[in-house]
Amino acid sequence: MFSFLQPLPSAAAADGKGLAIAREADSRMDGFADFTAEMVMVLKNRHGQESVREMRVRTLEVAGDGDKSLSIFDTPRDIKGTAFLNFTHKSGDDDQWLYLPALKRVKRISSRNKSGSFMGSEFAYEDIGSQEVEKYTYRWVRDETLSGKECHVVEFYPVDSKNSGYTKLVNWIDTAEYRTWQVQYYDRKDSLLKTLTISDYRQYLDRYWRAQEMNMVNHQNGKSTTLTWSKYTFRTGLTDGDFNRNSLARAR
Amino acid sequence: MRNRHAAAGIVRWLTAIAVAAAMAAPAPASGLDVSGSVSGERTVFTGDALHPEQGSGSASLAIAPEVYHQWESGPSLIFTPFLRLDSKDGERTHADIRELTYLKVGDGWEMRAGIGKVFWGTTEFVHLVDIVNQTDLVENIDGEEKLGQPMVRFSLVRDWGVIDLFALPYFRERTFPSIEGRLRYGLVVDTDQPVYESGDGQHHLDFAMRYSHSIGSIDLGLSWFSGTGREPSLLPGTDTLGQPVLIPFYELIDQVSLDLLMVTGQWLLKLETLHRSGQGEDYSALTGGAEYTFVGLGGTPADLGVILEWAYDDRGDTATTPFENDLAAAVRLVLNDMAGTEMLAGVIEDIGSNARIVSIEASRRLGDNIRASLEAYIFADIPADDPFRDLRNDDFLKLEVTLFL
Repeated sequence: MFSFLQPLPSAAAADGKGLAIAREADSRMDGFADFTAEMVMVLKNRHGQESVREMRVRTLEVAGDGDKSLSIFDTPRDIKGTAFLNFTHKSGDDDQWLYLPALKRVKRISSRNKSGSFMGSEFAYEDIGSQEVEKYTYRWVRDETLSGKECHVVEFYPVDSKNSGYTKLVNWIDTAEYRTWQVQYYDRKDSLLKTLTISDYRQYLDRYWRAQEMNMVNHQNGKSTTLTWSKYTFRTGLTDGDFNRNSLARAR
Repeated sequence: MRNRHAAAGIVRWLTAIAVAAAMAAPAPASGLDVSGSVSGERTVFTGDALHPEQGSGSASLAIAPEVYHQWESGPSLIFTPFLRLDSKDGERTHADIRELTYLKVGDGWEMRAGIGKVFWGTTEFVHLVDIVNQTDLVENIDGEEKLGQPMVRFSLVRDWGVIDLFALPYFRERTFPSIEGRLRYGLVVDTDQPVYESGDGQHHLDFAMRYSHSIGSIDLGLSWFSGTGREPSLLPGTDTLGQPVLIPFYELIDQVSLDLLMVTGQWLLKLETLHRSGQGEDYSALTGGAEYTFVGLGGTPADLGVILEWAYDDRGDTATTPFENDLAAAVRLVLNDMAGTEMLAGVIEDIGSNARIVSIEASRRLGDNIRASLEAYIFADIPADDPFRDLRNDDFLKLEVTLFL
């Protein structure tokens, strides 16, 4: 779910170069197997008031399909122990379950709300889900320098345009390592809605780049959300058995 | 007073178990993870009490600590005692061990032993198939609060689904309000003289088995239960002073049930159905419905869910449940704001008698560690022969503030 993989390619791409860039970015993420990480989310409203949410994330790579992930919330305290299981799929809706610890209840939830806010933040579910190549079509716009890095500027068009909150996403992907540094989100009226700035990439297993800091600014409501990732650990030995309704109900 | 003594006894017992568990544990690899909550509650009834012993409201305090430990070798122990003190209702002042579970997880299996809680089912209003844990009715009339159930549970987790086997060696009696409590029958349920069909009483060994699986957009559960039913028949009797009371009679039952959930787009379709024998004539019951979610209401981050469900019991008016042919509708508003503001407003109406229960529940966070919630119940147009007739004057407003530690 929160794996924030580099965007991947799509069959229906209108533009060969855009698709090729997306595929290259995706292939550089292949074979990570699994990882665990911690995340702190700081929500800020236009008056500068802050609210913090902390969670832990486990992700499993699935051959031929989207990732599986399990997220466990630690704060705010009233939702401590709540856990979220997501099976992303390259096409069609994801499968999602929520575990409510007070009731010991695993609840299936509708994953169609792609544009819905994640935990009251400026990140929508579709922003933090595993970014499968098949979920967009692509158009390369230009190459340009962003903060000293040579980048491909590629437009992503959601395939599920009916349920996505966006008409397009403009991605700045560096030409050296195919890491995404900036994303601009355009709403359904095609006006600029949000800008995501990604920073502090670190490399794991001498191959996989992961950002430690993601800052989303909503230009229309003045709110922002910062995600800070830490304690990335790859190839921890997670298996399918760590991602089912039983493991969700005992996740700590 | 008897109940206060019982509560004190249980608390001493809880403490003894906690100390024993702590001492029996091998040297902790990591420390104990301690958390929990304390909540204060004020309930005000807007109508005059039907019975002179009852008051116009109450204040209450509950504590629910949680201690968790995982050994480096893998197994874990969770301990969740619970204590409620109520200013008015001696039966509502009670203590329980919600959970005291030792868990060991292997490759494709899980083993739990101790006191635990499980939930089965898919619907929102009537929880038909959820049978393992007894309802802690004095906590909330919605029936969602449960007493800890002693159990040994073995789960086999496979690609083709999960099989859970339960051995339940000790029966928990349902809690009922005392004579001072509101939200009760005209006659008090005398929990001092429960009657069991089984000669073993509370020590009858109950069994349950469940198969559950997710196949694409469908979640299903097929369950079997054999043992003392959780839902008592209430029989007329007298207490030790010769006063008329209701005597809870717990029958031995066999039950098979199915629960299903299907996701299709923004729709959730839900069904629960059961067949039970042993409690009077064999009977079947069913509840099901649909939930639809409107995402991003009016361009805001808010979501609005609309729920419609029907509950049916083929025993009709002789059913031990008041929901023998009832329609329920609700809206759930989730603002998705910083304070996590949520609201659920619902109505459940008996199709035959038109008796209606309206409930509204709203909550939000205050700061980081406090959640405040306001709950209102209205019992409307209750005819004289309806199972809820004794609640006709019990409309209430409840404010609860919970501090999470």
